[in-house]
Amino acid sequence: MTEVSQQQASKTRGNYDHILYVLRANPVTLIAFGMFALLIFSAVFGPMLVPYDPLATNASNALQPPSAAHWFGTDNVGRDVFSRVIVATRLDLSISVAAVALSFIVGSILGCVAGYWGGWLDIILNRFLDTIMAFPLFVLAMGIVAALGNTIENIIYATAIINMPFYARLVRAEVNIRRDAGFARAAKLAGNSDVRVLALHIFPNALPPMMVQVSLNLGWAILNAAGLSFIGLGVSPPTAEWGIMVAEGANFIVSGEWWLAVFPGLWLMIAVFTFNLLGDGLRDIVDPRKRT
Amino acid sequence: MLATSPRLRATGLRIVQAIPVVIGVVVISFLLTRALPGDPAVYFAGVAADADSIEQTRVAMGLDKPMAQQFLIYVGDLLQGDLGQSLSSGRSVAEDLAKRLPASLELTLTALLLAIAIAVPLGVLAATRPGTWVDHLCRVVVTAGVSLPTFFTGILLIYVFYYLLGIAPSPLGRLDFIYLDPDHVTGFYLIDAALMGDWETWRGAAKQLILPAGTLALFTLAPIARMTRAAMLSALSSDFIRTARAAGLSNRTVLFRYAFRNALLPVVTTLGMVFSFALGANVLVEKVFAWPGIGSYAVEALVVSDYAAVQGFVLAMALLFVALNLVIDLLYTAIDPRIGFSSK
Repeated sequence: MTEVSQQQASKTRGNYDHILYVLRANPVTLIAFGMFALLIFSAVFGPMLVPYDPLATNASNALQPPSAAHWFGTDNVGRDVFSRVIVATRLDLSISVAAVALSFIVGSILGCVAGYWGGWLDIILNRFLDTIMAFPLFVLAMGIVAALGNTIENIIYATAIINMPFYARLVRAEVNIRRDAGFARAAKLAGNSDVRVLALHIFPNALPPMMVQVSLNLGWAILNAAGLSFIGLGVSPPTAEWGIMVAEGANFIVSGEWWLAVFPGLWLMIAVFTFNLLGDGLRDIVDPRKRT
Repeated sequence: MLATSPRLRATGLRIVQAIPVVIGVVVISFLLTRALPGDPAVYFAGVAADADSIEQTRVAMGLDKPMAQQFLIYVGDLLQGDLGQSLSSGRSVAEDLAKRLPASLELTLTALLLAIAIAVPLGVLAATRPGTWVDHLCRVVVTAGVSLPTFFTGILLIYVFYYLLGIAPSPLGRLDFIYLDPDHVTGFYLIDAALMGDWETWRGAAKQLILPAGTLALFTLAPIARMTRAAMLSALSSDFIRTARAAGLSNRTVLFRYAFRNALLPVVTTLGMVFSFALGANVLVEKVFAWPGIGSYAVEALVVSDYAAVQGFVLAMALLFVALNLVIDLLYTAIDPRIGFSSK
């Protein structure tokens, strides 16, 4: 008994050491974790802490360049750009997290079923995924939002659908190679049902590569959602959202009022950058061989 | 005959494999057209419609028929090149798309050529000189490139080159109004103007093209550079390169004849994914630069809820993408040295 717990302890220690080693070897990952914490902080507490109401207009104070009072300047109706950029974090992150969570769940279930039972289920799923991937993904998202209706929920569904194939394929591959592994057969012989073996014994093995995929995907989901609202889908004008703020600011860039578009665009870029760095860092921790 | 040539057989097989994908694409775009919010008949009958005219529209559009029959009618229309009528322009969607497609293709292809011309040498240099400034530059470009929203890069470039430096023309379309459009031959302004020998117009068109193409290229450059570097690294560390070096072949021969040719295969494969991103990003870039291609057509149609135009655009893009993937895969079989050797 003590032997087992000792082994357990040394194993977690080994993991811990490995993570520390990777973080030390690649300080960029550490920075990414810090930026991630900052993003979460502004998503949770941002609306409480910003100096101005993000929707309050003030016509006498319109189009002011960045100053001490308005760090990112004011827009064409006198709203504070800094407040709007920070407040928008919550909406942008919620859209992408909801979309990625949805595609994670649906992709996992489809991938598990196809990978474990195989046969015609597998063939149908693969054909279906091939068909989704046959569309340029952003264009498919446009078509889905246009067909389902122009709302934020439909932006989430569309982003989830175009991300889903990546998860389903990953889970399918991970489940398929372990379907007949010794531990899976042992669990089956011990009297566990198929669903139980699949959910508790096989699927957890797919989680580490899935986490990497989630992190890389979050950045892409934010880009997609912001792109859709940039072309006028989903979020409607007075709401603070990075994509739509860049779209509104674009009208003023040719007359030199750069702060309207640049700051929300910069924040969007930082968010995507953070998730991409985080994904690369997580991959180094999970699978050092895939490092490029 | 077919069985004797592996290259021909691979080509034939690949073309056959594209058929179910095309069928799937058509089924999904049919479902998208029928999933319109509310009742399509109410929508297409117009604002002033009463119950009678809605019913007439329903019968005229064939919406009263069973789903399977509607699908057959839809496929029949597609085969005749009929994508429906655009409500905003009043012309058929297929006609509109055909008129605007060259502008989009000119933009996307220029951007891709630009991206390949920069990314492939960058990736090769980074792989042959790991740890140097080229390697670091490559890493920065790759990470920044995938994180930059294309619409944001475009706006930044407009600000710097149009507003601050004043060297770029105003970002409004393909050609400044002081020039006349070149005669329509291919629809690509650069080629048409060159054919006419009108270099003044050619320069004007090139000036308008450089910023949007640069924006799109920055975005597509990243995955190509990343893949070139990774493929080059794995090719350079493989046994046949060691053997070639041990046999005393020159560095140049090893690098280009042996390593690069093998590294090219995974790069060509990623081009498919790159096209998917490029065609999507194309929509955003066209909107930023008011480029009169099919992307901005779809965006304009979205704003006025012109669904037939949007769905026609989605289908056209999907078919274009399937065709591009087919070309890439055929290119793959053409450059794959293993197929070449086994056929000898």
